[in-house]
Amino acid sequence: MAPAIFDEMGAEGAEPRPAYRVLKDWLDQIPLDVLTLRREEAETFFRRIGITFAVYGEGGDPERIIPYDIIPRILEAAEWEQISAGLVQRVNALNAFIADVYGAQEILKAGIVPSEHVLLNETYRHQMQGVQLPHNVYTHIAGIDMVRVGPEEFYVLEDNCRTPSGVSYMLENREISMRLFPDLFERYHVAPVDHYCDDLHHTLASVAPRNCESDPTVVVMTPGIYNSAYYEHSFLADQMGVELVEGPDLYVKDDIVYMRTTQGPKRVDVIYRRVDDDFLDPLAFRADSALGVPGIMQAYRAGNVNLANAVGAGIADDKAIYTYVPKMVEFYLGEKPILKNVPTWRCGEKDDLAYVKEHLAELVVKEVHGSGGYGMLVGPKATKEEIAKFAHALEKAPEKYIAQPTLALSTCPTFVNEGVAPRHVDLRPFILSGRETRVVPGGLTRVAMREGSLVVNSSQGGGTKDTWVLKS
Amino acid sequence: MLSRTADNLYWISRYMERAENLARILRVTDRLSLMPAIAESDGNEWHSTIVVAGLEDMFYERYDEATPENVISFLAFDPENPSSVRNCIETARRNGRAVRTALTTEQWETLNTTWLELPGWNENRVRGSGLNRFLDWVKDRSLLFHGATVATMLRRDSYFFSRLGTFIERADNTARIVDVKYHILLPEQAEVGGGIDYYQWASILRAVSGYRSYNSVYRQGLKPWLIVEFLTLREEMPRSLASCSLGIKESLDHLADEYGQRHECHRMAGQIHSRLRFGQVDDIFRQGLHEFLSEHIENNNRLAYEISRAYLF
Repeated sequence: MAPAIFDEMGAEGAEPRPAYRVLKDWLDQIPLDVLTLRREEAETFFRRIGITFAVYGEGGDPERIIPYDIIPRILEAAEWEQISAGLVQRVNALNAFIADVYGAQEILKAGIVPSEHVLLNETYRHQMQGVQLPHNVYTHIAGIDMVRVGPEEFYVLEDNCRTPSGVSYMLENREISMRLFPDLFERYHVAPVDHYCDDLHHTLASVAPRNCESDPTVVVMTPGIYNSAYYEHSFLADQMGVELVEGPDLYVKDDIVYMRTTQGPKRVDVIYRRVDDDFLDPLAFRADSALGVPGIMQAYRAGNVNLANAVGAGIADDKAIYTYVPKMVEFYLGEKPILKNVPTWRCGEKDDLAYVKEHLAELVVKEVHGSGGYGMLVGPKATKEEIAKFAHALEKAPEKYIAQPTLALSTCPTFVNEGVAPRHVDLRPFILSGRETRVVPGGLTRVAMREGSLVVNSSQGGGTKDTWVLKS
Repeated sequence: MLSRTADNLYWISRYMERAENLARILRVTDRLSLMPAIAESDGNEWHSTIVVAGLEDMFYERYDEATPENVISFLAFDPENPSSVRNCIETARRNGRAVRTALTTEQWETLNTTWLELPGWNENRVRGSGLNRFLDWVKDRSLLFHGATVATMLRRDSYFFSRLGTFIERADNTARIVDVKYHILLPEQAEVGGGIDYYQWASILRAVSGYRSYNSVYRQGLKPWLIVEFLTLREEMPRSLASCSLGIKESLDHLADEYGQRHECHRMAGQIHSRLRFGQVDDIFRQGLHEFLSEHIENNNRLAYEISRAYLF
């Protein structure tokens, strides 16, 4: 039997939950054609500014808009307090873990995380062994994907420690909803998120190499305009007031990174790179990369430049490693984890695999290294053929998969073709770690626009919502 | 600033300016082709348009004859012609996307909206009276972009690189437009002959938005020597060679002040400018108008090369 679905505004017919009372009144009063008009306004705004998400190779318009749902998702101050304390704790533990696996490896020696899960992992970069990074921070910008299944029940679904994207949507969604609904902002005290880019700049400057004497030069590095998140890269560089560079704009001389400017070479101290490890340095990783900078790894290891996020940080967002995060919190911080993990079966382990094989039709099975909603099986939604096919893949390489129960993700009122209706949502808050760890109140709420769908990924037609954290 | 950014800003301006000039040239050609006098002459205005654009070889590789349809299609929409209006707009917008952070919101939105509206124009829509609407649109979009640049950009390096692109491109285009008339060498102070000749000179002035300004400056009818003087040596005429070279020199001076460094391009720009500033139209005709213009186009190209060398484009 399917578990009851928690609606964040309140069940159909029941009293709305306190945070949603004003919104519910407002929704009850506003005619649908006014909502339609506002949605069109929003779409024009996104197109004109060029806030697009590139999907290449599928035909049609390559520069698409991620559907923006105009109805906000609201979190109470107390709910957020709990979440944000949990996020800071979790990211501190993740950073400690990454520093440890490239350093003393105590967690492996203590037998808490099996060595082979780490050392034989494709995302483990042996080039990083023994490298000392400022403040021991590896994942400077983390995006933690969370879901809610009840009033007090939040789960962490995934840790994104490499290059979490979407923060520009968090900021632009707020911008547009303040334009469209000033009346709602008068009636709600919504905690602002605008300072995110200042915080980001501070965070990046705080991890400048030790030998950087003056104001550190921070840049954002993008693979270029054809990257799906290019808009975000340029947005962040712009908001921070720093240069947006591509690989060919940088070069390394005597282990120091410079950018080519109209006034000659200029030294670069911190690179917020949105280029994957593999493409970063053709001398250290993929030799065919045209996006990277030859010699940058050497400069990095010499401590002359810092990269955010660190090379090798991907070891912490591996889905098999994920299962150990609560233990990491206890091991490194000596604290009880505030945020819960979704119960997870590691298919690489015999007993777990047996269970998963028997219950495929009820479970969600994911590739350990997959992302973006590709390569996963949603048991309850899959056909018999799809399940059989997946079982075969699972049999061949079980260690590549994990499985989780199908969670009854909470729903939020969403404006869709049929009118205002509940749709499933998740939440990705962004955590910044440098000299200190901080979170802006909010995050990116992703919403599955199709009825009953649980897939919120933007590459799979998911949309976004503005996320409001109320001030106490 | 990043050299790549400077390069992109410079080329965005060049491409927008180029699109506008193509629209101006096409408009004049279209207008001339409607004159009964032209119909009687052997000269093919559409052919000379291709010559002005400097694309004769590429055009005749792709088309047999310079019919109006072929020329419009080639100059306005041909995806194979890197300088077609369509490609100019697409390239400008692509460059703009790559340096969004260096553009003001107004500049970016102008570029982006232009690009979003572009697919609405095609060969079918510009038949008949549609052509004028299209050419108006191109000119308006370009003027809007230049207006946004002048009205919203901070006066620092990025602005001066943008302006350099505009002036370098415009100097080249004006020289080319005047050059169509090189074969006509009338005696000093002669009145423009009737018919074709009159319309051709008038059309050149119109192509550079200079017909009415010419009359208000000279008040003595269309005279080839004066028209040439107006379009080459008069600084108050914003599309003249002298005005463009002043713009280039001033932009480069600002960069030198900001960066505290002068390069070979500064010397060249000063030389080109003083030659025009102190030049006399008699000397131009003595040298030969075509020779003078060819030399100017070549110097302009060399200057563009020196600019890119100085700032590491």
